[in-house]
Amino acid sequence: MEANLHDRAPGDEAAPGSRRHQIISGLQAYVIGLVLAVLLTATSFWAASTNLLWAPGIPIGLAVLAVAQMGIHLVFFLHITTGPDNTNNVLALAFGVLIVALVVAGSLWIMANLNANMMPSPELMNMQMQH
Amino acid sequence: MSAVAHAHGHGDHGVPPSTSADGPAPKRIIVAYGFWIFLLSDIIMFSALFATYAVLATATNGGPTGRQLFDYRNVAIETGALLASSFTCGMMALAVEAESRLWTYLGAAVTFALGAIFLALELHEFASMIAEGATPQRSAFLSAFFTLVGCHGLHVSIGLLWLVVMMVQIWAKGFRATILRRLACFSLFWHALDIIWVAVFTIVYLMGGR
Repeated sequence: MEANLHDRAPGDEAAPGSRRHQIISGLQAYVIGLVLAVLLTATSFWAASTNLLWAPGIPIGLAVLAVAQMGIHLVFFLHITTGPDNTNNVLALAFGVLIVALVVAGSLWIMANLNANMMPSPELMNMQMQH
Repeated sequence: MSAVAHAHGHGDHGVPPSTSADGPAPKRIIVAYGFWIFLLSDIIMFSALFATYAVLATATNGGPTGRQLFDYRNVAIETGALLASSFTCGMMALAVEAESRLWTYLGAAVTFALGAIFLALELHEFASMIAEGATPQRSAFLSAFFTLVGCHGLHVSIGLLWLVVMMVQIWAKGFRATILRRLACFSLFWHALDIIWVAVFTIVYLMGGR
């Protein structure tokens, strides 16, 4: 009861009950997170260095693996969940993700557009971009 | 929503138990939430550096490219060290919860050692790149590379310093409420650094080194 009266702080584990029980379930979460993160990291490094995969698809695959791994870290290491006691944390995260997406996608879009409009020809553009 | 409210005896106004009929949240939660907001703003700062890097990644000015400079094996060891240190930081947080000084010090020592290995490998990489003439002044690509990866390395250095300070505080003051709040913030900081590193090794090294 007491534990559910308030929001949960980011980083707090979910498990109610005795301290011993909390520590065991906390340990489980970290171990699961570590195993998944290692698998995803290993897959990323393998995909980046192998010749077996279709080359143009690899960057997208790497991006997907990275996003998945960030999700694993958020859930199992930072204990950000979708529970009702975690709404504030998730909303702050969602706003952060929105700003990050705007900054990164916006910069890339605008700069690509400027390059396409400003440069007289691909050859010159290549020279220009190398300075 | 209302089912949750009923379950906790907060009446049937559809108000979840988290909204405060019970007064303000405990300081522990406010502090960690404030630090979470700081971490998100830090990640937004990193997003600007990532955008800069992505725009300038091909602007090598005839100098060395990522493909020539990056060493996958080195990056893989760095990644492993940082991931393992994130895990041991979690173990330290559990030891703090159990108020076991021995295990807390042990977790902190392993976390510090792994973080230091990461930092040493990164500095070694920077030093060998600079020795080859691939300095930040060489090209826009290298300026962006050193700013982004160096900024992450700076955060790791600050984290290591913070960890040492926290251990001294536990040694001097024990597991007080203030110390526990600071340790919770440190854990968040350290895990967030690992999240940023996932983006770094994917975007800078794996995509840039191909």
